[in-house]
Amino acid sequence: MTVKPTELTIFVVLFGAVTVMGFVASRWKPGRSLEHLDEWGLGGRKFGSWVSWFLIGGDLYTAYTFVAVPALLFSAGAMGFFAMPYTILVYPLVFMPLLRMWSVSRVHGYVTHADFVRGRYGSPTLALLVAVTAIVATMPYIALQLVSLEAVLRTMGLNQAGWVGHLPLFLAFVILAVYTYQSGLRAPALIAFVKDILIYLVIIVAVLYLPIKLGGWESIFGAADAKFQQTQNTADGVLLNADNQLQYATLALGSALALFLYPHAMTGVLASRSRSVIKLNMSALPLYSLLLGLMALLGYCAIAAGVRPLQNAATGGSDSSTIIPVLFDQQFPNWFAGLAFSAIGIGALVPAAIMSIAASNLWTRNVYKEYLRRDATPEDEARQAKIASLLVKFGAVVFIVVINPQYAIDLQLIGGVIILQILPAVGVSLYTRWFHRQALVTGWIAGMLYGLWMLYHVPNPASGRQHFGGSAYPLGDVSLLGLWTPFDGSTRTIYAGFLALLVNVVVAVVATLVLRQLRVFNGADATDPADYYAEEGDARVEPAYERVGR
Amino acid sequence: MTSLSPQRIPPRPPQRPRQPRLRWNAWNLLLLVPLLILLTPLYNRVDPRLFGMPFFYWFQLVCVLIGVALTSLVYVMTKEDDYVITGQPDRLNVDSLDEGAGR
Repeated sequence: MTVKPTELTIFVVLFGAVTVMGFVASRWKPGRSLEHLDEWGLGGRKFGSWVSWFLIGGDLYTAYTFVAVPALLFSAGAMGFFAMPYTILVYPLVFMPLLRMWSVSRVHGYVTHADFVRGRYGSPTLALLVAVTAIVATMPYIALQLVSLEAVLRTMGLNQAGWVGHLPLFLAFVILAVYTYQSGLRAPALIAFVKDILIYLVIIVAVLYLPIKLGGWESIFGAADAKFQQTQNTADGVLLNADNQLQYATLALGSALALFLYPHAMTGVLASRSRSVIKLNMSALPLYSLLLGLMALLGYCAIAAGVRPLQNAATGGSDSSTIIPVLFDQQFPNWFAGLAFSAIGIGALVPAAIMSIAASNLWTRNVYKEYLRRDATPEDEARQAKIASLLVKFGAVVFIVVINPQYAIDLQLIGGVIILQILPAVGVSLYTRWFHRQALVTGWIAGMLYGLWMLYHVPNPASGRQHFGGSAYPLGDVSLLGLWTPFDGSTRTIYAGFLALLVNVVVAVVATLVLRQLRVFNGADATDPADYYAEEGDARVEPAYERVGR
Repeated sequence: MTSLSPQRIPPRPPQRPRQPRLRWNAWNLLLLVPLLILLTPLYNRVDPRLFGMPFFYWFQLVCVLIGVALTSLVYVMTKEDDYVITGQPDRLNVDSLDEGAGR
């Protein structure tokens, strides 16, 4: 395959433009010094409604989402549309808890959700558990952004074998790493404007133009239906069947509960300037969901257009993440395909930057400062986080180059299941300290082990793999320690993460009751009920002003 | 170390009346309505179609807009719950925000 000059030129020009923005961002709304985690890692905690909308939107709706969701519809049909109930549910669900999280973090200067857990329970151990879970769940997510970026680069013709094939990706990431190091969260916040405007433009044009070109939605869905009728697999189709509806609903709910437990989502929220900014965004962010829904349908357009995924020259396998790039390549003039590729490519940079910043914040606050250097000054923390962000990104690149990208997708699947296990410690604790801190640890261990055990036993008939083949666990196999199978003989499937969370909560409840009977000390609570309602301008939020020079 | 240093936590003004532990506002209950989307049998059908799209797809797209309407309504109706000062210069001092700074 030859290199496509028009597409590549547009891509390089736009990539160059956002690189300049990334470096200039350090001078955008500057604080006193960037050498502080509140500044480098949270952009000074002063983003207003517009910036937050672009930042959080650019953060949650990643390039991987825009590439993987249509690819899922392309290969599995209706099941891939679970992204819709997921994103319909998530904002109403987190509306109230996020306000509490923002207020308490603002009053106490918490940079991460693990900081909050530490303050709430006086337990560095529980905080460490939360931090490590969050970091482990985020790492493959960063790697997946690279997968999307590489899918675009390979579609543009940079599809060489061996390490040469990874060189463009490596170059792009070095640039990203340097300006993130330099500007912190301000860089992705500024670049998100470009990314999102490009994405909106591209998808709106595609969704209006492609159905007309391909003979209308009726014939597009007809083509999809015909494809799924031919396959041996009974789980696919343009509608859900009796067996996968429970999976559809629990996957949507589980994903919605998990989303804001991811550190990058939390970082975007904590960087907002006030509660009303968050409230407004809970209503405005679903605009992105609409976009995602329309984008998902492009997966069916790809079926109707007869798209075949590219062969990845580095792995030799068929790369399903190239479906959307190939669709744009085939159906649109070169210059527009170039814009679409840039949208996806830049769309990978924004979340990758925020994720690496969020992971570095966790490392710095809840591991480095807590266990390695107690007396670290704010300058030390900022320096440590910057270096950590470089290592995180480098790790993600090595992951993609050395290991098969398929493992990144598997690990992302596992990541969704394990991040759910911190829900009782982070989410429930925002409302009540009823759970005992040791019970939360016990529940976490139980949920984690059960979740991983289930995922290990899910095969994937399509790829012929025995383990980690998906997140749909057969309900008929659910058993109580092998003694009792309540749903024996059922052919339905359920989201493994949801079951693991149930086990986690049940174990935590039982352990709490036991520990309370034994009157074990439950740590000291550093927060006050009023902290959870503090708003910008409140006496509790700006005490810093009066304490200057103290 | 098991607890945060108490002097770093901003003291609550003593003259303020004690706030209730949880603020109740019935408008917030609207946020529970979107949970209905979990009942897949409600919309797992082909007809009626819209622009040739099966019901399953266009109904969920419409639900995004319904969700927006609900959260917007809650936003507008609970505005007074939050005490906001606008137009004030930003006096945020990042150093003193960080409660761990002097640990």
